[in-house]
Formats: sequence, C-alpha cells, structure tokens
Amino acid sequence: MDTFFQQIINGLVQGSVYAMVALGYTMVYGILGLINFAHGEVVMVGAMVALSVIQLSISYGLPPILALLIGLMVSIAACMALGYSIERVAYRPLRKAPRLAPLITAIGVSMVLQTLAMIIWGREYHAFPSLLPNGSHILFGAIITEVQILIILVALAMMGGLLLLVHRTRLGRAMRAVAEDPSIATLMGVNTNSVISTTFMLGSALAATAGVMISANYGIAHYYMGSVLGLKAFTAAVLGGIGNMYGAMVGGLLLGLIESLGAGYIGDLSGGFLGSHYQDVFSFFVLISVLIFRPSGLLGERVAERS
Amino acid sequence: MMTSAKPHAPLLELSDIGKSFGGLSALSDISLHIRRGEIYGLIGPNGAGKTTLFNILTGLYRADGGRFTFDNTEYGGHCKSHTLARAGIARTFQNIRLFSNMTALENVMVGRHLRTRSGIWGALTRNAATRAEERETLQRARELLSYVGINRPHQTLAKNLSYGEQRRLEIARALATDPKLIALDEPVAGMNSTETDSLKKLLRDIRAGGTTVLIIEHDVKLILSLCDRVAVLDQGKKIAEDTPDQIKCNSAVISAYFGIEPAAYEQNSTKLPTARLPDQANHDHP
Amino acid sequence: MRQRDTWLVLVVLAIGLLALPFMTDALLGRGWVRILDFTLLYIMLALGLNIVVGYAGLLDLGYIAFFAVGAYCYALLGSPQLGLHFPFWVILPLSALLACLFGVLLGAPTLRLRGDYLAIVTLGFGEIIRIFLNNLNSPINITNGPQGIGMIDPIHLGSFSLGSTHELFGLTLPPVHLHYYLFLFFTLLVIFVSLRLEGSRIGRAWMAIREDEIAAKAMGINTRNIKLLAFAMGATFGGLAGGLFAGFQGFVSPESFGLAESITVLCMVVLGGMGNISGVLLGCLLLVVLPEVLRHGSGPAQQLLFGRSFVDPESLRMLLFGLALIVVMLWRPAGLWPSRQHRSELTAKDNLTKSSRDDRT
Repeated sequence: MDTFFQQIINGLVQGSVYAMVALGYTMVYGILGLINFAHGEVVMVGAMVALSVIQLSISYGLPPILALLIGLMVSIAACMALGYSIERVAYRPLRKAPRLAPLITAIGVSMVLQTLAMIIWGREYHAFPSLLPNGSHILFGAIITEVQILIILVALAMMGGLLLLVHRTRLGRAMRAVAEDPSIATLMGVNTNSVISTTFMLGSALAATAGVMISANYGIAHYYMGSVLGLKAFTAAVLGGIGNMYGAMVGGLLLGLIESLGAGYIGDLSGGFLGSHYQDVFSFFVLISVLIFRPSGLLGERVAERS
Repeated sequence: MMTSAKPHAPLLELSDIGKSFGGLSALSDISLHIRRGEIYGLIGPNGAGKTTLFNILTGLYRADGGRFTFDNTEYGGHCKSHTLARAGIARTFQNIRLFSNMTALENVMVGRHLRTRSGIWGALTRNAATRAEERETLQRARELLSYVGINRPHQTLAKNLSYGEQRRLEIARALATDPKLIALDEPVAGMNSTETDSLKKLLRDIRAGGTTVLIIEHDVKLILSLCDRVAVLDQGKKIAEDTPDQIKCNSAVISAYFGIEPAAYEQNSTKLPTARLPDQANHDHP
Repeated sequence: MRQRDTWLVLVVLAIGLLALPFMTDALLGRGWVRILDFTLLYIMLALGLNIVVGYAGLLDLGYIAFFAVGAYCYALLGSPQLGLHFPFWVILPLSALLACLFGVLLGAPTLRLRGDYLAIVTLGFGEIIRIFLNNLNSPINITNGPQGIGMIDPIHLGSFSLGSTHELFGLTLPPVHLHYYLFLFFTLLVIFVSLRLEGSRIGRAWMAIREDEIAAKAMGINTRNIKLLAFAMGATFGGLAGGLFAGFQGFVSPESFGLAESITVLCMVVLGGMGNISGVLLGCLLLVVLPEVLRHGSGPAQQLLFGRSFVDPESLRMLLFGLALIVVMLWRPAGLWPSRQHRSELTAKDNLTKSSRDDRT
C-alpha cells in the first residue's frame, strides 16, 4: 500500500513541475495559436544557469539557502530575457508567414540552445547541490522530502500568482483580449506586441523555476533534460486542453500521477515484460489517446477553425 | 436515396438548420429552398449568419440541428466537405482562399481533382488513361480561365494576380468541380463598378450554362438587380424570402437594416438604398 | 535541337555519375567514396521527407524513426540475431513496407488534427522508437538493446555479394563502389517517383493542402486520405533507405536514430528548398560535405583564431544546422534553390508591372 502512496507523492511532485512548464506552452498557444517548441530548452537553460550561479555563490561562501535564492532569481531573469529574445528573433518576424515557418525556426532555436548548453556545460551529468535540509516526513507510510514539499508549495504559489495576474490585473485583461482577437485588441489600444512579449517572459519565468525544481528534486542537471521534459509538459497541456490555463495545471498533475503510477506498476501489469524504463512511453500514449479521443483536452472547448 | 431529378423539385432545401457557438446562437431554424437554375441571393447585416450557413452547406461546420436536401439526397446536420463537393456544391470564400504559391492554371486543375481518378499508380506509370485524363484536365482548366476572363499567362502565381482576377480565379476553380450549385461569398467585395458589372455578366452566363447560383452580398443594389429570389437573414433568423421587388418594400427588412420603423423610413425615401457607397469600393487590393 | 541538347546533358551526367566513385577514389581517397554512399542514402531520406514537408506541408520531426524501422527490419531478418537470413530482394521491400505501415498507423489518428500536433506527435514517436530499440533486449532479446545488432548479412544480388571486391570489365570494384552503384539506382528511382508524383493529380492535391487546407477541402479533396498518402510515401522512402543502410553498414544501433538525425534531414530539405527536388539534392550535398569540412577544418581554424580548440566539430555542426534553420526561414523561406513556382514568381512580377502599364495606357 505504501508503494501506492509513494507513487502518488512522486506523481504530484513531478506533476507540479509539468504543470508549470505546461502553463508556458498553453499561454503562448492561447495568445498566438503557436506551439513554442523551444520552451523545453528554456527549462534546461533555467536549470543550468541556476546550477552555475549556485556553485559560484557557494564558492564565495554564501549560505546554501541564499545561494539557492540567488540562483533561482538569476535563472528567472536569464530565462525571461531568453524567452523575450526567442519571440523577437524566431516568431515575431514570421507572425504572418505560413504555419510551417515558425515551427521550423522553433526547432532551430531548440537545436541552437541545446548545442550551446552542451558547449558551455559539457556533455556530462552535473550533480545539483542539495541546499535544503535533507529532512523527510512519513505520510501515509510514504516518504516525502522537504524538497518535495517545497516544490509543491512554490508551484502552488506561482500558479496562484499567475491566475491572479491574468484575472485581476490590467496586464491580464490585455492578455485575454489579445488571446480573443489580436487585431481588435490592437484597435482597442492594447499594445499587442508588448503583451505577447510579456507572455513569453512569464512562461519563461515559470520554466526557469520548474528547471530549478526538477534539478533540485533529482539532484542532477543535464544539457539534454529539456527536450523530453518539454514533450511531456506539452502532453500535459494537450491533456488539459491547450490554451486553457486551468487545463494545463490539471493536465500536469494528472500526467505526473499517470506516469508515476504507471512506472510503479508497469512491471506487474505486463507480467515483468516491460520495465520501468518505459516510463517515458506513457506520456506519449497519453498524448496519442487524447488526440484520438478528445483532441480538445479535458477542459478545452471545441473551436472550429475560422474560414 | 433518389437520383432521378424531378424538374421542379428544389435543388437545395434547408429545414430547421441551427448552429450556435459556445452558447451564442449564430443560426436558428433556417428553412429555405433554392430552385434549379435560379440566382438566389442571401443578404443581411454583418453577423447575420450568412457565412456560417455557407460553412454548413460546404461541410466546414457541422450544424447543431436540422438537415438539408440537395439534389434529391438528404444530408444530416454534418457531412464531410468532400462528399458535399462531390454532390455538386462548390464555393468561393469571403476572404479569398486561393492556393497562393501555385499557378493560376494549377489552381483550376486542383478543382478537377474531384472529377478525375488517377492515383499513385497512374502517376508513376503515366499510362494512357492518366495521360488522357491530364490532357483533359489541362484543357478544361484553360477553358475555364478564359471563360472567367483571366487573360494573364496561365503560369502566373495566384498570389500575383490582381484582386479582381483572384476573385475570378476562385470562381473558375469552383466551376472546375462541375457544380450544380455554386455558392459565392461576397464576390464583388472591394471591386469597382466596372469590375462589378463584368462579374454580374459572368454570373448570368454561369446561370445560363445551367449552374444554380447562391450569392451572399453586402451590395444590396447588385443583389436586387441580379437575383431571382432573395432571402434576408438577421441575427441568425430568416426574416424574409421573396423576389427582389417584394423584398424592397418588406418592412421587416427595412427595420433590420436601419433599425427604424418602416413608416419613418418611407418619409425619407421610397427605395432601399445601397448598403455600399460607390466610392467605398476601391480599385484594387483592399 | 533542344531535345538533342537534353540528351547530351543526360549522357554526360550519366557518365559523370558512373565515373564518380573512381574519380573520388583517385582524387580524395576511399573514405570519400563512403561519404558519397552516405550522401545517396541521405538523398533518399530527404526526398522522402520532402514529400511530407515540402509537398504536403506537414512537419514530421520523427522522420528518422522510419529509417530506423527499415534498418532494424533488415537487421533482424538478415543477421544471426534471430538466426534469420532472408535474401535481399525479400528483406528490402519488407523494410519499406513495414515503415509504410508504421507511417499509416501513426498518421491515421493524428493527420486529421492541426499541423503542429503532428509535429509534436512525430517528435514523440521518434523518441519512443528509440526507447523501444534500446530496451527490447530483455526479457526476450529482440533488438540487442544499446549494443545494437552486428554481423548483418552483406547485400547479395543472387550469388553476387556487394560485401567483397569484384573484378568486372577489367575494373576493380571494392564494396564501397558496388554499394555506390546500388544506391545510385535506388536514388534515381526515388527521384523518378518524386518527379512523377510532383506533376500528378496527387501532387497537386498535396500542394493544395499545403497552401490552404480549408480551400482544398472545399474543392472536394479528401484531405485526410491525401495527407495519409503523403505520410505513407515519405515513410516508405525512409524505410527503403533504412534497409539499404543496414545492409551497407553491417551494424545498426539505436544511437544512429536520434532526434539530431531527424533534424539533419529536415535541414537538408529546408536549406535546399522545400518542395523542390533539385533544391533538396543541393541541400543534401551541402550538409554532407559541410560536416566533413568541419571535421578536418574546424580544429585548426579555432587554433588559429582563438589559440585553442573548444568546440568539437560535431557540436559545431549541430549549432550551424540550428542556425541555418532559423536564418533560412527568416530570410530565404524558399531555400537556396527555390522551386519552379518561386522562380516563375520573378517572371510573373514582370508580367504584373507590364500589364498594369497596359492598363494605364
């Protein structure tokens, strides 16, 4: 029984990371109708920058908590700048181009980011320093570490903050207006370009945080961590209904749970034929199944393409 | 499913077609019928649901309720686009949708897709049947281009044609599918009066050739002078269906267009004015 | 007159292509003949992807998975791994067919959706295939996991083995030369098929879907089936190239089928010119030669510029590929060698100015 709860806890932790990344996909999709393929790499850059800053801070003798905080802040700032530049360079000039064009530039951007990261940080796995007290608690017979508790809390806080921002502020109203109809929003005096830039920056800030979280949880960071994570977070966004922010959160948590329960029981289910290294396959099958049976996702509405 | 066409049965008959988007009703209980060989106009203020109706007729939207009968075959609320095209409904789009990076000729040749058959095997072997079919497609496409009055080199890319030519190319492409009904969504939008007149003549020719024409237009003057019968939509409902002469003095229509009581309107004018001022129609690209 | 010129060009081209491995061997060395063989494989792959991306406008980011399916199909049916040794003419069509089947299975549920979903699903599919290839070694050893499958039977045409050196017409033909001619044959076949499809009713339907899917639907094109056809054709070419690759290499492992390879092939198509066969050929040539140049030149060049070498050629290659994708899409979306349409655009513009001048007079 405690395996079950352990998997639930792991799933929730993993799921809140997915949810944070999925929000980035969904916000950009909601506003531009575009899948920001490079988003996964932003997560990776977030983790890597944080890693370097934390290592540097510790070498200067800063206390671990402060080092973590500085690392997080710097990585958020770096990723926001990165998100802004990606939009400016790879998407904005192609806003009126055929659909295929921004998809291809996005692939190019991912490629460049990944290779640059490999050149800067090398091919090896980096140990992410454990900066938080290594305490853990027993909950329903399962172990939950303080890092995991913190991850869930930070994720909740950031997502709550984002919802407040979108629903309670001027900027949020402008974002929703642009998502509804960019040209009319422009006519109404909304600066569409700056709203789009802001959306990219917000998504990137969440991505940076998610990158730090996931590295802190597993204790490693790697230049290749972004692409699979990005794929899964995208799956989470589709599962919840792409373009819908609540959908991204629900989808993220759900995917985290499906994955960890699946990985925990796949051996039993397949009579030992498939092992837990097939964990990554789950999200793909979830994605395919959602696309076949309910392409609008759990919370999405069916939107007919305008003619 | 009956196939023998009764001469006086309507070509298209809509009954109780309804459609709503996220709780907002775009069309409710639309019933109308279009006879063979007529030019049928559909007018109404912006947002009246005209284009939505077109999208249902051509299978791009699925209707929430109702059904329609086309050429003696009944279709439910939703049907695949290519099935309806095969049945003989062709259309143009309000905001021109040509295959921009293909030549004018190729655009029309794509219209023949439906009436031709050769597949992968034919393409690879280029057997006699395929060659004959390609020859016929090519010839038909050339004929249609000159029929609608595009006298450019046929290798011109669609996106490089003038605005008026693009509208005509869309019509040629639609005609290439051998339609029984051609549905035109604002074909003269953005055209000047000379271009409008020649398009009017083209539409009359098309009808004379045996194709029934369904047309959405904002240019009320054009509709009234061209159509045999006209339906007026307002806020997703049909408020009138009649001959142009009767429509002109229909009180519901006048109040839908001007938001005033017919009596007040009668004092100022005796005729329904054109919804579009002549100088508003610019010459070329909008 | 013109016909005779065309023939002359063709004859010269044919002689050139036949003599190419010997000339390369003499001038650059045997290693470059091998590179030539790989170029031909890449051309087949890229032309397959060109049908999907260039003609039908569908972005497939896991294309290399079909290559993998073909290669592993060949490896499993012609190696000691499962103890099967089918003849070449049985395995190769099977490889292509199996890849085609995978294409249909993947395409059928996803092709009715918007294009970006396809991109991400194919990306996922590429990763999944690799995960399976990596892990299907236990409990039953099918793919031999990360070690890959070795000792694959060399390609045999009847009793004629391409795996050993032959003396023919007084010429010494080592395996790389023999494979060159075989690959050349299949490449020409793939080019022929592409050309024929391009100018056909099906090809026009693909391009119509690429240009405007809604208008294509309204014209009565069954867009889902036609897209599926493009996907299946592309996958078939991929499987074919995969089978040839396995027979040539004698060894396959999951490592050869990563996302980077998918991107490389995509790059060839985009850089040369999507939808244009000559452009794709150019793209392949450039992107096969470039890494070789980098391999030999990048170290010394960095030494010269910065005093030390800190980027290995492989990373530099991926960096340049990524940049190429961005730069080409931003400034030259039609590629280095634009297709007939894009070239005729220039003439069409002349017509436009001419006719508007006529209008004014």
